[in-house]
Amino acid sequence: MKIHEYQGKEILRKFGVATPRGVPCFSVDEAVKAAENLGGKVWVVKAQIHAGGRGKGGGVRVARSLDEVRTYAGQILGMQLKTHQTGPEGQKVRRLLIEEGADIKAELYVGMVVDRVTQRVCLMASSEGGMDIEEVAAHAPEKIHKVFVDPVAGLTDAEADSVCRQIGIPEGSVAQGRAVLQGLYRAFWDTDASLAEINPLIVTHDGRVVALDAKMNFDSNALFRHEDIVAMRDLDEEDPAEIEASKFDLSYISLDGNIGCLVNGAGLAMATMDTIKLFGAEPANFLDVGGGATTEKVTEAFKLMLANPKVKGILVNIFGGIMRCDTIANGVVAAARETHLTVPLVVRMRGTNEDLGKEILKESGLPIIAASDMADAARKIVAAVGGK
Amino acid sequence: MSILINKDTRVVTQGITGKTGQFHTRMCKEYANGASCFVAGVNPKKAGESFEDIPIHATVREAKQQQGVNASVIYVPPPFAAAAIWEAVEADLDLVICITEGIPVRDMVALKDRMQKESRKTVLCGPNCPGIITPDEIKIGIMPGHIHKKGRIGVVSRSGTLTYEAVGQLSDLDLGQSTAVGIGGDPVNGLKHRDVLELFMNDPDTDAVIMIGEIGGSDEEAAAEWYSKECRNKKPVVGFIAGVTAPAGKRMGHAGAIISSGRGTAQEKLAVMEACGIRTTKNPAEMGKLLRSVL
Repeated sequence: MKIHEYQGKEILRKFGVATPRGVPCFSVDEAVKAAENLGGKVWVVKAQIHAGGRGKGGGVRVARSLDEVRTYAGQILGMQLKTHQTGPEGQKVRRLLIEEGADIKAELYVGMVVDRVTQRVCLMASSEGGMDIEEVAAHAPEKIHKVFVDPVAGLTDAEADSVCRQIGIPEGSVAQGRAVLQGLYRAFWDTDASLAEINPLIVTHDGRVVALDAKMNFDSNALFRHEDIVAMRDLDEEDPAEIEASKFDLSYISLDGNIGCLVNGAGLAMATMDTIKLFGAEPANFLDVGGGATTEKVTEAFKLMLANPKVKGILVNIFGGIMRCDTIANGVVAAARETHLTVPLVVRMRGTNEDLGKEILKESGLPIIAASDMADAARKIVAAVGGK
Repeated sequence: MSILINKDTRVVTQGITGKTGQFHTRMCKEYANGASCFVAGVNPKKAGESFEDIPIHATVREAKQQQGVNASVIYVPPPFAAAAIWEAVEADLDLVICITEGIPVRDMVALKDRMQKESRKTVLCGPNCPGIITPDEIKIGIMPGHIHKKGRIGVVSRSGTLTYEAVGQLSDLDLGQSTAVGIGGDPVNGLKHRDVLELFMNDPDTDAVIMIGEIGGSDEEAAAEWYSKECRNKKPVVGFIAGVTAPAGKRMGHAGAIISSGRGTAQEKLAVMEACGIRTTKNPAEMGKLLRSVL
């Protein structure tokens, strides 16, 4: 689960990380009032969307008067902000963060993820802040410093201080840098984060170490023990189809192609998408119906896929295993009837009572195309939608 | 022979009193030697009771002492699953297979750290995996037994139904399996591809291996590089990687199946595997045929 920058900063402050003073706002008037209350002469008007790259897309502006705050807030609120992470249609800006201006001397980078190889939390830090860290990793990997944190000891003073010095935090500010790094680690661990990033972390001319940005993602499997974080969820930032799917315990991700696919199991679902591409078309979605594909779940899955106007055909690929094919066939027939299916449907089933399942599909009178294996299924659906 | 499990394995089921645990314990008991392999269950509140003639004990340690179990299978709900794994590790079982899906990554980080610091010998398979099967001997997990056939091909995979797909193709070609291992789709887990590959390479009754991976992480690359260095000409290995069409930054069902920072793509993995002498296919309907072609 993702949250906004201002929410990430709220969390970091609780763990002792310094951030600029700021106020989240939902209207232009609120933004001007927030700037007034913050005082000072310079403010930053920041679009709050879940995607990164907001600055380059025109979603972050520095205002030098309250009039400018009003102008920029008006421009940014409601805009379709396009960044390299939003896709071509962009994401509508519904929230702003108004912050006091910062006096930047140096921009640094710190981030944390769980490293799969060492199976520990990895702190990554670099003197090259403000930039895309992937670019730094590609061009100057020696500038990225890593610590794999012992989960019992946590990030030690010695480790934190050493990283601070490696990324160029001046000696007089190392104690503050240590507080930031240790606070970030504790925030990561205590909230079950999957990603925590401060980019840039700045050093001011008067030697303060401040988180100018904050990005946090959370392990969705751990949300059951974090009510406060669940409360930060912003459904406006999520794909409505994916939200709908989650209500029925379906794992769904929208893609750009025109063949809807319904599969049981994540690996097989990906493999099915790959096969569609192999035969010259593109999948419209990833959809895993999970282990217990009941009639209700299959029907909801059909509704989800068909709600996408790009879908020109559907491929169902079920490896029944313990689940019986006749049950699945009944589910598919009921779903096709209930949704008044008009696009071609190819079904491939394997498992217990396979023949009975095929018989049910055949006797339904629906124009369902049967397939013998995954490749046959992909070939048939691609042909049916007029692909190669 | 086989790897990890055989007809002499004695299994305790943790979570035997839940719906999933009961269903799959029954299925496992009915498969091959299951009736003599599945000898105990654990539930502290129901100790002394039994499930279809399988005695329920208060702890794994007690099940080990009284029934001689050396392996465990776990169906305990996610919030309690890491603690269940630890209980089996503390009882010094040889093998723990955790089927449970959705365990918080932090719980697994803490667990793996403890296992490592205490130099525990227990082998962990999973979590979020279908389990392990040695056809015609024993099935520990949720895979459909009937698609398997006894034979000499090793199967290792991160995903459930895609493993069944590969096994189904092999059985259709009359290529039986020595053992099929589902290592699971979580980022922090027990056995990795490399570990299982090594076991198969050292198993006199496995002639070739099919290794199935998916996007995310670098486990498949690590396994391929190990194979290239240690065993390149020992036994043939073929592979498939799911997720060529998966977009970056989107988690494809499994917690571990995500392309982050442009790393862990299917293309990258396939290239490394090929360079290491592992033949790959981009057509998942042809995994079985590819394996047959290298025998």
